[in-house]
Parts: sequence; structure tokens; C-alpha cells
Amino acid sequence: MPFIIETRQLHHLYSAGTPFEHSALNGVDFSAQTGEYLAIIGRTGSGKSTLIQHLNGLLKPTSGQVLFDGEDIWSSKERTRAVRFQVGLVFQYPEYQLFEETVYKDISFGPKNMGLDEGEVDRRVRQSARFVGLDEALLDKSPFDLSGGQKRRVAIAGVIAMEPRVLILDEPTAGLDPAGAAQILENIRTYHREKNATIILVSHSMEEVAREASRLVVIHQGSIPYSGVPADVFTHGRELEEMGLGVPAMTRVFARLRSMGADVPGGVYTIPQARDAILAALNRSKAPARGKELM
Amino acid sequence: MKDAIIKTQQLVFRYTTEEGVAPTVLDGIDLTIEPGSFVAILGHNGSGKSTLAKHFNAILLPSGGKVWVSGLDTADEARLLDIRRQVGMVFQNPDNQIVASVVEEDVAFGPENLGVPPQEIRRRVDAALTTVGMEGYATRAPHLLSGGQKQRVAIAGVIAMEPACIVLDEATAMLDPVGRREVLSTVKKLNREKGITVVLITHHMDEAAQAGRLVVMHDGRIVRDGPPARVFQDVEGLRALGLEVPETVGLMYELRQAGLDVPLDALDVDGCAAELFSLLTQGEKSEA
Repeated sequence: MPFIIETRQLHHLYSAGTPFEHSALNGVDFSAQTGEYLAIIGRTGSGKSTLIQHLNGLLKPTSGQVLFDGEDIWSSKERTRAVRFQVGLVFQYPEYQLFEETVYKDISFGPKNMGLDEGEVDRRVRQSARFVGLDEALLDKSPFDLSGGQKRRVAIAGVIAMEPRVLILDEPTAGLDPAGAAQILENIRTYHREKNATIILVSHSMEEVAREASRLVVIHQGSIPYSGVPADVFTHGRELEEMGLGVPAMTRVFARLRSMGADVPGGVYTIPQARDAILAALNRSKAPARGKELM
Repeated sequence: MKDAIIKTQQLVFRYTTEEGVAPTVLDGIDLTIEPGSFVAILGHNGSGKSTLAKHFNAILLPSGGKVWVSGLDTADEARLLDIRRQVGMVFQNPDNQIVASVVEEDVAFGPENLGVPPQEIRRRVDAALTTVGMEGYATRAPHLLSGGQKQRVAIAGVIAMEPACIVLDEATAMLDPVGRREVLSTVKKLNREKGITVVLITHHMDEAAQAGRLVVMHDGRIVRDGPPARVFQDVEGLRALGLEVPETVGLMYELRQAGLDVPLDALDVDGCAAELFSLLTQGEKSEA
């Protein structure tokens, strides 16, 4: 299956040619398929922000390539501009970037920039407001009168309104309370499902990425040491710990149980999996005449 | 009340807006914080917890009721400096709290403002940087540090003023897991070894679980107050308030829902594993 977005041997040097030269990406081969929901995890300074800014052409590779639908995004000016509408990037704390008088105007900024007609802009504003669970009545309000969680959803709606085929979110739940975080994650799932969009979630919470994403990409010192389904990536507990990342609490509980000698499986990283594994282990121990002591 | 480091009595706070008076943010808070304690405050966005914290060193003054810091009424303007000396604040964004271009100068900023003599400042800055494990960075530029390191420098700046209490207002929200762990272990050490009172405002349940006392706010009121192991047992009640419980408690709750008789007080991985292990081995024994 072809990749919707892909990097090939992507290198990025900051302050190249100065004494502060610093390599942020060292030949990164990253790819995502249409409709995939993946998460990028890495420490502050690991290179993950540099990588995502390459995916929509905000940064230009020092060397290597970024491909969208198999074509280099830097092949022409028009191409780069078109890709920026196809690959939506929601920055950290995006609510600080709201600036319009009304929520409506803020959400419509992107689609207007795309040169869409008024009717289409209107349709997109209303649809993306619905995606993020903002009531129609809020559209005429000033974004600055809204709560923190609402402001963030306005900012996300502004990116969704461009109907990007790839939606990248850099720590969309940072600083939100659990209910606000759960709502944003639900909004992202809705967009993913209804548009068959590719989602790239950057997060510091191992529990969050374990629950949300079907594939994890680990970034460390400008390279990708691990990439795969959560159950596989989280088998590298010690290495992830050394990279300053760690594994979800459930994975640690089960590792501890196994080290105590309990007969429980590996590959557990969410609460429902942990519950099912414990219930299964209890059923097994109740099953008659199969115990080791009889052998 | 002579022993309380912070005491509020029927504390009410309203923001005054141009159109008149906005809704009440704090609605009659009675809270006493003992010296040397480690208190976490949880609550959804807008519950009033940051507003409450800003009353702890007179950044905000009550619209009604009273706040005392070490017995000093925060409404007494003449004692403002003494109050700020007692309670230091660390905020969310590390980049907004650094004022100098060299780490040690940043840490010295507070004591300089208090009029501490230079030699004493030197001693305090060195001691504070050692306490937060940043002594090797004294002459570095703060903007080149990681988020966790910046927050530790901010904490050093607060402890160089030798406060009796440190209030952290979502100070870990912008940090990665390592940064969060660095900050948490630093404040736990200050609490344990120097007896400094810590008030930790957070959205992270696993951080709140490490406190000695957990206060939950909702709509400007205190709705829960007790040891984390007890408060977190009310899983449904906390979820109804827009909050969560630590993952380990969440698992135990699911097992209870499945009909197992397990306790809900496992606040960390080791405690949870121990309880599950005894559950699994009990099953074997009863069959044997």
C-alpha cells in the first residue's frame, strides 16, 4: 500500500555552518499510510517537532526528501503550498494563536486562504465546529470569552476546516483536565473515522498513545529506534526508560507481576487488556486438574 | 490556627469585570494547610484551583473572607513582603519565569530583591542549586536548558528566598515524562528533607497520588479532602467531576465491576502488582 506521507533519509541541521550547528534529524525514514492513526513519542529535544514541521513543509530538509502521495513536496512552489493545506498541523497550546473577533472568523481563516467560495467556507466552518463539539451558538462569540478547553477546540477546528488528509497534533491534551483531554481525543477519533484521515499524534503520555494509536514511532536523538504496534514497542521497556520515555502503568504492573512469578501474558498496555488478562488468569487457576502439582 | 502555614476562612473571590461582577470563582473556601505537609489540589479547568493558589501569597486578595499566611493577614499591605517571603510560587510555563541570562543570576534575583547581603546570597544560590541538582549549571544560559531543568532553576529561585511553603501551579504541565519526574522528586525531597510545605496543583493523577493529602475543587468549592488512597476510591464520583483516577486504581475498579472483591487503594505500580499477585495466588490456594 502506498504511503500518503513519507520521508527518505531526512537530515536537518540547525544553524548550519555556525559554531552552534546542531543535527536534529539524522537520516530519518518515516512513513504513514492513508487512514493510519499513529503516535510519535520522544523526549523534548529528540527531534520530533523538527520532524513534524518537515511533514507540512514548514522546514526544508538539509538533505533527504519529504514525499506526499509519492511526490516531493519541494518540487515546486505550488506543490509546497498545496501540501500545506493537505497536511494540517496543530501546534502545542494552539489557543495562543487565536486572533479573530469571533470563533467563526477564526475557524474560517484557513479555508478562506485556500480560496474557497463563501458557501464552501461556511459549510466547512460549521462541519469542523461539529467535529470538535462546539455548539453553533458559540460561533458568534469572541474566542477569548471561551474556556481553555473550548479555545483549544476552536484552534483544532481551524485546522480541520482545511480538511487535511493528514492531521498532525503536537500534544493536543497538554494542560487540559482529564475530561477536556478525553473530549479532544474523541474529536480526533471522529475526524479520523469519518474522513479516513491519517492522524499523527505527538504525546508525552504513554497511556494516551497506548489507548489511541495503532502504531507508535519512537524518536530519539534524531533517529527512529523503534516503530510498530504498541505491544511490540512497549517490550523495549528498559530502553524506553533510558530514553526518558517509559511504558504505560499497566505494562509496568504486568512486568512486575511476571517478575514475581505470576503466570500473566506480556503485551498488556491498557486497562481493558489488563482486566481481561487478570480475569483469564483467574479462570485458568480455577480450571480443574491441569495444575503443575499434578504433573 | 497558630500552627497553620496557610489558612483560609470563608474565602470568596469574584473577578470584577467592566459590565459589573462576574460569577463567583471561589465560594467560601475553608482550608488549613499544616506546616511540612504535602498537599495536592485537583480540579477541572475553571474549578478555581489556580485562583485559590494565587491567594496563598497575596497575588490575589479575597473579595470576602480571610487568608492568613503564617498568621499574617494577606490583606495587610504592610506585611506583603513578609508574606511573599513565606510562600514562593512556581508557574506552568518555564520560559515566563526566567529573568536573567545566567542561571545563578536568575536564582539570585529573589534574595537580591529581599535585600539579602551579597555573601549570604552567594551561599543561598549555591545551596539552592545543589538542592535541585543543578549545581553544575550555575554559569549556563537558562534558555539552553530543558523544560525540566528550567523548572528546577525556577524552584531554586524560590527556595533561595528560604520560604516555608512552595506552591506549584501546574508546574509540570509543559514537561516531558523525565522533566515531570525531575520536578516531582525535587519537591518531594524539599518536603522530606527541609520540611518545606508543598502545595501541588496538577492535572496528573499519578502526581497527586504521591501527596500526603488530596484536596479536590469543583465550581469554587472544596468537594473532597483526604489522603489520596481514600479520595481516589470514589472513582465514579471523581469521574462525575471531570477527573480521573490513577491507572492502577482504574484497573482495580474494572476488576470490581467484573465481580471481584479487590481493594481500590493501589496508588502505584508496586502496590497494584502486590494486590493482583495475592489475588492470583489466593485463587490457586483455594483450589488446592
